[in-house]
Amino acid sequence: MTTQAARATDGLRITGLVKRFGDRTVVDDLDLTVHPGELVSLLGPSGCGKTTTLRMVAGFLAADGGSIEIEGKDVVGLPPERRPSAMVFQNYALWPHMTVFKNVAYPLRLRRLPKHEVTDRVEHVLGLVNLLHHRDSRPATISGGEQQRAALARALVQEPQLLLLDEPLSNLDAKLRVKVREDIRELQQRLGITTVLVTHDQDEALSMSDRIAVMNGGRIEQVSAPDELYTDPRTEFVAGFVGQLNSLPGRLVGGRLVPEEGLLTGVRPEDVRLIPVDEPGASAAGHAPQDRLRGRVVRVVPRGAFHELVVEVEDRTLHSLAVGQSLPVGQEVYVDLARPLLFRDGRRLQER
Amino acid sequence: MGRVALRGLLAVAVITLCLFVFGPLLWLASQAFATSWTYPNLLPDGLTTRWWKVVLDDPALGAAVQNSLTFAPLTVLISALVCLPAAYAFARREFPGRRAMLIGLFATNAFPKMGLFATMASLFYALNLMQTVLGILIVHVIGTVVFMTWIPAAAFASVPRSLEEAARDAGAKPLRVFFTVTLPLALPGIAVAAIMSFLASFDEAQGTYLVGAPDYMTMPTQMYSLILNYPPQVAAVFSIMLSVPSVLLLLLVRKHVMGGHLAEGFQIR
Ligand SMILES: Nc1ncnc2c1ncn2[C@@H]1O[C@H](COP(=O)(O)OP(=O)(O)O)[C@@H](O)[C@H]1O
Ligand SMILES: [Mg+2]
Repeated sequence: MTTQAARATDGLRITGLVKRFGDRTVVDDLDLTVHPGELVSLLGPSGCGKTTTLRMVAGFLAADGGSIEIEGKDVVGLPPERRPSAMVFQNYALWPHMTVFKNVAYPLRLRRLPKHEVTDRVEHVLGLVNLLHHRDSRPATISGGEQQRAALARALVQEPQLLLLDEPLSNLDAKLRVKVREDIRELQQRLGITTVLVTHDQDEALSMSDRIAVMNGGRIEQVSAPDELYTDPRTEFVAGFVGQLNSLPGRLVGGRLVPEEGLLTGVRPEDVRLIPVDEPGASAAGHAPQDRLRGRVVRVVPRGAFHELVVEVEDRTLHSLAVGQSLPVGQEVYVDLARPLLFRDGRRLQER
Repeated sequence: MGRVALRGLLAVAVITLCLFVFGPLLWLASQAFATSWTYPNLLPDGLTTRWWKVVLDDPALGAAVQNSLTFAPLTVLISALVCLPAAYAFARREFPGRRAMLIGLFATNAFPKMGLFATMASLFYALNLMQTVLGILIVHVIGTVVFMTWIPAAAFASVPRSLEEAARDAGAKPLRVFFTVTLPLALPGIAVAAIMSFLASFDEAQGTYLVGAPDYMTMPTQMYSLILNYPPQVAAVFSIMLSVPSVLLLLLVRKHVMGGHLAEGFQIR
């Protein structure tokens, strides 16, 4: 029972966090809880306040309001050197005048640990990130991916209670990015480090996180597990930002769109089914022909395993995903919309 | 045809440049070993090392060399202690009057030096600074302030803030961050500033003469009296001796400072 109570305050807890630059509120009454050992992503478009939030947690920026607790201890007011967090910077921020070993040893030297212990611990983390062979290299002489791992090692060696990653993959090329994000996730889970990751890349967030906090305009719109975020978005913004979304004004009634003030229907491309009008039995499925949306295929974009079809319906374009056989451009089709998401004034209505 | 003309033009340009760079040096070197050199002869009348002996045997010379080699390092040291904190402040902090002060620094070099020294002299008389080491050092330090502030300020400013933040994040207090990260990374710039200050102090003649002569003669001020009392060959010998530290320091700079690993290991998008 007592452990359960202590648990509730473990990890990171942010409440009512506010940051203003001049008269602009950049972080607006933000609440976020990260449980011990969990990786939570702050996902949002550029300029929505992700970095600002992270820098307040790390201690580089003073908050204008709210509290930040790490392992149950309020750290607001503590300088960065006294906070139990460690950060991996977007540009890695390795010290160019020190070798990889010295970079990683720096935090331990500050803690006045005995020399042999410093060496042991540094070599241990360098082993974890697979960088022992570059122990004595200068940062300038190793690749971007290796620099990234060196920066990660410098954070891990501190055995922080909270690991902060600011767009850790944005300086890597696309191929490497996929591998590195798997490596980071694997290491984070193995070591069980409470982690906050900042990114504007939904793939990165979806593939690495236990939960994702979607930020927009200094506020968190929704915190959910990756799957839930996609299938059960709570706002129009979240639905549009995570994955693709066709937005149609009004609501679906019996297969047709009925205009209604303030209402908006969202449909994922994989839920847009196209049935050629000349297909035998096409009209048999579902509703009567006059009750169905009709359109025409205007563009076909091959995407490898599937095709993306662009369909013109009345004066709108819809995107649809087709696995296997594609349709020719110009094909007249019935458009069936499955699993519509209904929004009123940007907020999801809980009906399906 | 065109190519030949172009190459010819290039050759002329190179030769002209060499003439301007090496001509005076060659002339100086020849002069230093000439018995005499009379117009309109193209070559010296004869060669001798006599003038070197004259200079080296001059008892005043030893004192002058010693003074020069004392004042210049002291000037650099004092200038660094006074200017480097200011340079850091200019680079890292916003404060009222910052821009005005930066521009104002140049003003110390904008006036004709002699005018500045003449007005300073009356102040120095009042403060009993004439004919004192302190007076000379003040004059020398003033001549180095621009170098010692502007160049290190640029060096401090070019140290990326995230490198300092990473050190804070790792657990270092601000003072330690300065000595383990900021200062080492700004060191090449500071070294250049120190060398330029050393040379400025080493070559300073007007103010030193005004404040120090005749009690404290340095190599440049000593040269004035040598030029007045001896044939031009002696001045040539002295010029060569005066240039030795400059050349040595410049070689040192090339070897150790130019490397500039500031941008290394730091990915700027
Ligand atoms: N030091 C600052 N002064 C003024 N505005 C700032 C400052 N830092 C960030 N901002 C502004 O705050 C907003 C959020 O910035 P940031 O947190 O960096 O966004 P993100 O990391 O989500 O891209 C941006 O509009 C940015 O211009
Ligand atoms: Mg950012």
